Amino acid sequence: MLRVIVRRLLQLVVTLIGLSALVFVWLRNLPGGPIEALLGERATPERRALLIKALGYDQPILVQYAKFMQRLLTGDFGNSIRSGDPVTEVIGRAFPATIELAAAAMVIAIGLGVPLGYLAARHRGRLLDNMSIAGTLLGISIPIFFLGYLLKDVFTQNIHWFPPSGRMSTGVDNTEITGFFVLDGLLTREFDATADALWHLVLPALTLATIPLAVIVRITRASVLDVLNEDFVRTAEAKGLRHKTIRGRHILRNALLPVVTTIGLQTGALLSGAVLTERVYNWGGLGTLIYNSISGGRDYPVLQALILLAALVFVLVNLLVDLSYAFIDPRVRVR
Amino acid sequence: MSLLDVRDLTVVFQRRGERPFTAVDKVSFSVEPGQTVGLVGESGCGKSVTSLAIMGLLPRRGNKVTGEVNFDGTDLLKLRPDDLRDRRGRDIGMIFQDPLSSLNPVVPIGIQVAEVLERHRGMDRKAALKEARELLDAVGIPDPNRRLKEYPHQISGGMRQRALIAIALACKPRLLIADEPTTALDVTIQAQILTLLKQLVDETGTALIMITHDLGVVAGLCDTVNVLYGGKVVERAARHELFARPRHPYTHGLLSSVPRLDSPRGERLHAIRGSVADNIPWGEGCAFAPRCDNVVDACLEGTPPLEPTATGGDLRCNNPVSEEVAVP
Repeated sequence: MLRVIVRRLLQLVVTLIGLSALVFVWLRNLPGGPIEALLGERATPERRALLIKALGYDQPILVQYAKFMQRLLTGDFGNSIRSGDPVTEVIGRAFPATIELAAAAMVIAIGLGVPLGYLAARHRGRLLDNMSIAGTLLGISIPIFFLGYLLKDVFTQNIHWFPPSGRMSTGVDNTEITGFFVLDGLLTREFDATADALWHLVLPALTLATIPLAVIVRITRASVLDVLNEDFVRTAEAKGLRHKTIRGRHILRNALLPVVTTIGLQTGALLSGAVLTERVYNWGGLGTLIYNSISGGRDYPVLQALILLAALVFVLVNLLVDLSYAFIDPRVRVR
Repeated sequence: MSLLDVRDLTVVFQRRGERPFTAVDKVSFSVEPGQTVGLVGESGCGKSVTSLAIMGLLPRRGNKVTGEVNFDGTDLLKLRPDDLRDRRGRDIGMIFQDPLSSLNPVVPIGIQVAEVLERHRGMDRKAALKEARELLDAVGIPDPNRRLKEYPHQISGGMRQRALIAIALACKPRLLIADEPTTALDVTIQAQILTLLKQLVDETGTALIMITHDLGVVAGLCDTVNVLYGGKVVERAARHELFARPRHPYTHGLLSSVPRLDSPRGERLHAIRGSVADNIPWGEGCAFAPRCDNVVDACLEGTPPLEPTATGGDLRCNNPVSEEVAVP
């Protein structure tokens, strides 16, 4: 098992190096760039040349890349062109916000999706099932930003149930330890801060959860339907076991295998969905950072690091999924 | 009083968009305590559906079950689902055809045996696993301590069926229903499993309903045999009587189609002509008539009644095979 993990991590390093080269070259070939953004369109050629030289963009791209990798090995991602702060710091500030949002969305998606999918399968062809099919179709097809603005409009403008934006109300006294506001409130026993953070989380998390939720409902439903036809479920019934035991030990334990895979793949959707969701709710996480770094003049160092981070998260989550498979299904031998 | 008394059990499949199909048609039979009763017939004759109906395991939707299933004086069909659930696995155990698919692939064997004991005998996990070990030992699984922790894919087919038998017999039920328990196994293993079943049934005094298409199984095990055709009992007789003097042309055909080692070289196997697909509905005559060698005019004029025979059995036939005709 340890050897498998080590090998997968080595593969991950190779993947990231390849990806970093691709991203490095690709970014620098995009139209527009930081020079125009920093100096404006009417800057003199002399000033432009000076800045290009100061940033090192006059050197051949291979040399630039080599320097970038060299610094990377010491953990230095460079400084943001926009703010001048170290990239690690810029990302470090935004990271907990997005993780908190994504985690909340996943809790909603799994917590609602698995029971709903199970119930739909058990009531196949009846009202609940048909509603779940229609609902998931809507959930998959509705654009995130549209849903985001819709929810925002209804629940913050028409009925004032939730705050329209931000992660915390102004005036709430909170101490930051980890940057995860919900967690910080619990750690410092400032429960009002936790409550306020949760209150702010509801709408963004719901918005971000729609697609994974719809996918999980669908996969769970299909998977449970498959398992319901299995002989061992009939054996469990013949044993006279209680509903609870049959549902948990015999149906869901088998049906959740494909669902776990889906959860891994949905992290990708979650990362891209975060960009839109964070825009709508002014969340101030990685999504906002990506948006600002692109629209605000191609902040190369920040963008490079963000893309690598996203890839890292995606691959790590899927490694975890693969490893958990071996624990859930004894027939799977990790190779 | 009989342990199990099935009266006019009828199962109609009512699938949306399809014509209702009567899979089991007023089947009646009884099982005395400790007795072994065979339900015999070819695929699609309703034998498995009968067993599932007795256990209450047919899905409610799409199946209409009528008649009576009196177990120890209680009509199981009238019980509330939860009360029936209390009896399944405790009073009636069941073994299925395919031992691999009948065991949960992601749960260790030990837990799958222990959970019945926890459910019906109120044991805690530790006591149940200890008992499960004894049970695995009793059904002849070597090294039971190790097997408790193993998963179904790690043990052989014969051992899986033994494990299923251990599960079915865990709560010492008074009735065991075995639905083609040896069909999916190698011939050598088949014999072992049958011997084991016979031994366990003898030791514990459990009554057994043996569902099979294999007359060899019937010959070695059953006291009484019910031959089913098209969802109806067509002949019922004590084992020796049935093998020595099969009266219904269908039973006769089944027995003649068993290959024999002592038949002369080159002799063709006797087969019943046609297939179940040729059946006519019972209401319009005898369902077997299109395939029958003994067919007479009366066979196409309504269902022949099931009537007692001189030898203590029952027979549903207008023109039975004469008692003198021996099976080739």
